[in-house]
Amino acid sequence: MNYHWDWMFFFQETDDGLKYYDWILSGLGWTTAVSLASLAVALLLGSVLGVMRTTPRRWLVGLGDAYVDVFRNVPLIVQLFMWFFVVPELVPEKLGIWMKQDLPYIVTAVVGLGLYTAARIAEQVKAGINSLSRGQRNAGLALGFTEWQTYRYVRLPMAYRIVLPALTSEAMNIFKNSAVTYAVGILELYFQYKQIIEKTSQVLEITIVVTSCYFVLAFVMNRLLAFIEARTRVPGLIVGTKGDK
Amino acid sequence: MSDFDFSVIAANWAFLAEGLRYTLQVTVTAMVGGILIGTLLALMRLGSITPLRWFAIGYVNVFRSVPLVQVILAFYLILPLVLQMITGKPTPIGAANSAYFTFTIFEAAYYSEIMRSGIQSIPKGQIAAGYALGFTYGQTMRHVVLPQAFRNMLPVLLTQTIILFQDISLVYAIGATDFFGAADKITQRDLRPVEMYTTVAVVYFIICFLLSRLVKRLQTRIAIIR
Repeated sequence: MNYHWDWMFFFQETDDGLKYYDWILSGLGWTTAVSLASLAVALLLGSVLGVMRTTPRRWLVGLGDAYVDVFRNVPLIVQLFMWFFVVPELVPEKLGIWMKQDLPYIVTAVVGLGLYTAARIAEQVKAGINSLSRGQRNAGLALGFTEWQTYRYVRLPMAYRIVLPALTSEAMNIFKNSAVTYAVGILELYFQYKQIIEKTSQVLEITIVVTSCYFVLAFVMNRLLAFIEARTRVPGLIVGTKGDK
Repeated sequence: MSDFDFSVIAANWAFLAEGLRYTLQVTVTAMVGGILIGTLLALMRLGSITPLRWFAIGYVNVFRSVPLVQVILAFYLILPLVLQMITGKPTPIGAANSAYFTFTIFEAAYYSEIMRSGIQSIPKGQIAAGYALGFTYGQTMRHVVLPQAFRNMLPVLLTQTIILFQDISLVYAIGATDFFGAADKITQRDLRPVEMYTTVAVVYFIICFLLSRLVKRLQTRIAIIR
């Protein structure tokens, strides 16, 4: 094979005065920022939706179910394009112009990725709450807790611990899914990958490096959540995996 | 909203349908190929031959920690290099063809994890019983374990296929004309993003929603048989 290996190109200067490895580092930074911000949005909204779907109120359940159905059955890239190119046309004109001109791309991308992931987290949270015995809620109510207090003090603390392994894999997924935001102009790791290939054609080296970067990101996220899992474990209550899968 | 122009959709429907057909073709190819390779990987991983086990673990872990868009682009660029190495002459394969290969290889990692838990869900006693009856390893797998594992995991395999169907939209990265790619190309030409992207979203929603409901029903029916 006449492929020309050249690992030193990472230290070459690019047009903008930076070196190629700077591009990768900056992409890594954006990937992390987008992912963590989206994860925060997704955890918050996903928890609210998950709780909604376990309440006795029919319309709340229906609303939560509908959300999950819609956001799980449309591909991520289509959802992002909807937020960027369709929603600004459908809202009142002033707001639409503001969204198109003043709202930073990253905010829209984070909202898009966050809302997409929220549907998945809502499923996990719902499953976690439903896995608790009904007695837990009843005991809470018997002690004079309001419905909300049974969630706050009894059910959610248990449910989160149960679904933490599932949330770990969602947290790792969000880093991979953040690569799709390149399509709406976020300069994250995959965007830089694509750009460096166009500039240098050193496909194999850059593929190995970027793949390793994603590998490390997933690994760090996994360890971090395994640590949280170990710290929050209630001794004797939950016999689960150590999160080391 | 009032100026939502349905005629744009009608005028381009043939092109969109062509894209949808490509999406379906890749989905079916990658599903069949992915389940086959995935089952082999699961068997390797659960088998007793150490190098094969390591290979399967490595394969699954690598593909499961890398974004699909990156794999799509990497394979699109690397595949011709590999082919050139084998055949000795340049062989351009094109974006549309490379996607068939990429998705099969990529999805195999995910299907393999599903098949692995399916195989592990079969009681060990059944395998021992197979050996006791004089079956070889291959026969035990083919006649006892795999049929059950496959049936138990059918709903999960199909759910993964629905995800795969949605993921085909990422061939946008290499400019292949799948369903979403078709809509995107029409948008570039006619500048009607609202109509085009909404159509794609709605059609995807209807197909995936119906399929996931079917899978749910299948799940309850299989649960009764067991």
